[in-house]
Amino acid sequence: MEISGPGSLAVRTENVCRHYQMGEALVRAVDGISIDIRAGEFVALLGASGSGKSSLLNLVAGLDRPTSGAVIVHGNNLAVLSREQLAKYRLHTVGMVFQSFNLIPSMSLLENVELPLRFAEIDRSERSSLARRSLERVGLSGRLAHRPMELSGGEQQRASLARALINRPKLLLADEPTGNLDSRTGTEIMELIRSFNQSLNMTVLMVTHEQALAEKYAGRMLQLADGKLIDDVSSRDARTDDATNMSSEPMKASTPRGEAP
Amino acid sequence: MKFYDVTDLAFRNLRESIFRNSLTTIGISVGVASLVAMLSLGIGLQQLASRRLEKSGLFDTVMATSRRDLRNFREQREDGPPPAESPSLDESARKKIEQIPGVVEAYPDIRFVTDVRFDSKPHLTMVAGVPFSARNNNDAFEGVQGRFFSSEAAPEVILQKSFAEELLGMTPKPGTDNANIAELAKPLLGKELTIRYAERTSSPSSSPAGQSDGAAYSVVSHEQTLKIVGLTDLDPDSMRGTTRARVFLPLALVQNLHIMPSSLRDTSASDSLSYSSLSVRVANPNQVPAVEDAIKKMGFGAFSLVDATRSMRQFFAVLDGFLAIFGSLALAVASIGIVNTLVMAILERRREIGIMKAIGASDADVRGLFFAEAGAMGLVGGAFGVTLGWLIGRLINFGTNIYLERQHFPPAQIWSVPLWLVLGAIAFSIAVSLLSGLYPAARAARLDPVQALRYE
Repeated sequence: MEISGPGSLAVRTENVCRHYQMGEALVRAVDGISIDIRAGEFVALLGASGSGKSSLLNLVAGLDRPTSGAVIVHGNNLAVLSREQLAKYRLHTVGMVFQSFNLIPSMSLLENVELPLRFAEIDRSERSSLARRSLERVGLSGRLAHRPMELSGGEQQRASLARALINRPKLLLADEPTGNLDSRTGTEIMELIRSFNQSLNMTVLMVTHEQALAEKYAGRMLQLADGKLIDDVSSRDARTDDATNMSSEPMKASTPRGEAP
Repeated sequence: MKFYDVTDLAFRNLRESIFRNSLTTIGISVGVASLVAMLSLGIGLQQLASRRLEKSGLFDTVMATSRRDLRNFREQREDGPPPAESPSLDESARKKIEQIPGVVEAYPDIRFVTDVRFDSKPHLTMVAGVPFSARNNNDAFEGVQGRFFSSEAAPEVILQKSFAEELLGMTPKPGTDNANIAELAKPLLGKELTIRYAERTSSPSSSPAGQSDGAAYSVVSHEQTLKIVGLTDLDPDSMRGTTRARVFLPLALVQNLHIMPSSLRDTSASDSLSYSSLSVRVANPNQVPAVEDAIKKMGFGAFSLVDATRSMRQFFAVLDGFLAIFGSLALAVASIGIVNTLVMAILERRREIGIMKAIGASDADVRGLFFAEAGAMGLVGGAFGVTLGWLIGRLINFGTNIYLERQHFPPAQIWSVPLWLVLGAIAFSIAVSLLSGLYPAARAARLDPVQALRYE
């Protein structure tokens, strides 16, 4: 029902605002941002802490509602969706990865990855094989029964990627995905995200405060300050990087065995 | 989420903080146990009381009396014809009463005190006629040792247990149980005893004054030898009329003997076939009032104790209500425990709720999960509680019977756990738990995912 071919509009924000009251002061976390993101784009949201990049990401994720303006993802205006519809949107249209991984500690990796499938009411038998395949894709097929705490940060983030992708979302939202990882592990994760962006034509919107990381992987960088969009540049480096880094087996290259924690 | 997934996740969440959830579940168990113990006690007492009353015939018997007999000694307050015009309670009246819908049978109450000889020793006791139908009406003669009368007018006799003891020269001990009725029966069954009675023979020719309802009969003393065929442990103090006697004869035999009534009032009867009273057995206790009315309309006195049983039932309904309230108090306390546990769980699992919402859980999923956790605690708590309550009930019963034995009373089942109570208690426990889960579940569902994810 939605157009998701390359080049079509994936995300559009129209003068979107997210204001909230903190004590006496009115905080303008997001203050009138209008952007268009095409399907298949890899976009980095840059800015200092408190610049509003995470708030904007939450609005696109459907976790939060704008105070004013519109957030339109694949033709759906999130501002007018019911809570139930927003949950469906989060389940099927977006996948999220976080800085702190956000795996459920009491569940094994397999169960963590299966969880969105439970919400999607997928049958038990099908669920397990889908989750296994997803974990295999991020190089964690040997760690199915482990709990998150038994794994390294890189492995946890890969598991969280496997979970984000299990329902085949059109949009991957990443909030500082390498923030808790060392640079080597961070690079592995970024390579994985890029491979999904390219092989699945998945739109990626990534929040980061690392300019270098954004320049290396994102095709476009949005610079935010005080809730406002101050810069919107496409990165030539990323395009060329894409071309040079393309290998015949991107999956294998990007999924080495994880180090011990 | 599918039902299976909700329950699966709920149980695994309960296992995660097993200690706290166990304590909460134990709280529910204690609540359910107290409820089950209280109610089973109430039901047990009620069953004990109704069993005794049913055996007594209180529920299904109407006594029909001739109002003629009342004429000289009681002021009439009831409506109906004056006693003198009241029809006589004779065989045709008996047949008419038997025609009333719902009536199983109507038989005369024949009871007299007489001399019974056994082993050439005399014993003075009450003798009663028992209708042959009592064989099938088995609650009256269910514990009979030996057998029932072989035919409607067989020269046979069934003895009450205490009378059998008297015949054998044994002093009855209080608190003796049913077991020794078999021993009592052994030396007696098949033996013969003799009753002495006075026969009333109608002799119209010898009527001196020609009075229509005078004492136109003569009295002849007779003896009848009877074979002991059975022993019953029917309580002689029980309320069923005939069972006040201790020696039972077939009713037809007694009628054939034309025994002179022990009550002088009966001499007013115009002929020998008029009865002083009839026992009218009704198929269904609910029909008793209707039958009673019908008999009254025919001009007879009618009497039943159905009102007494109604107030007894009322008493037990109130008692059960009180016991249930006390039992429920513990369950109410337990339900507060559930609310507390689940609210704590929400605080603890705030981040987890945020994660679930971020990856696509709807409000309904989260609500369902907490709801299922409450329900699961209710189910497990209910099942344990019923078991615990059952054990408590057994213990109370056991203790009571030790006490009864010391007081030389026969043991009694004062406690009963019917299946509906088991299922009802578990269902009630689940219902109370779900009710307690309403607020926490709604609260968890309303949680803002952005806030929840920020929570460490």
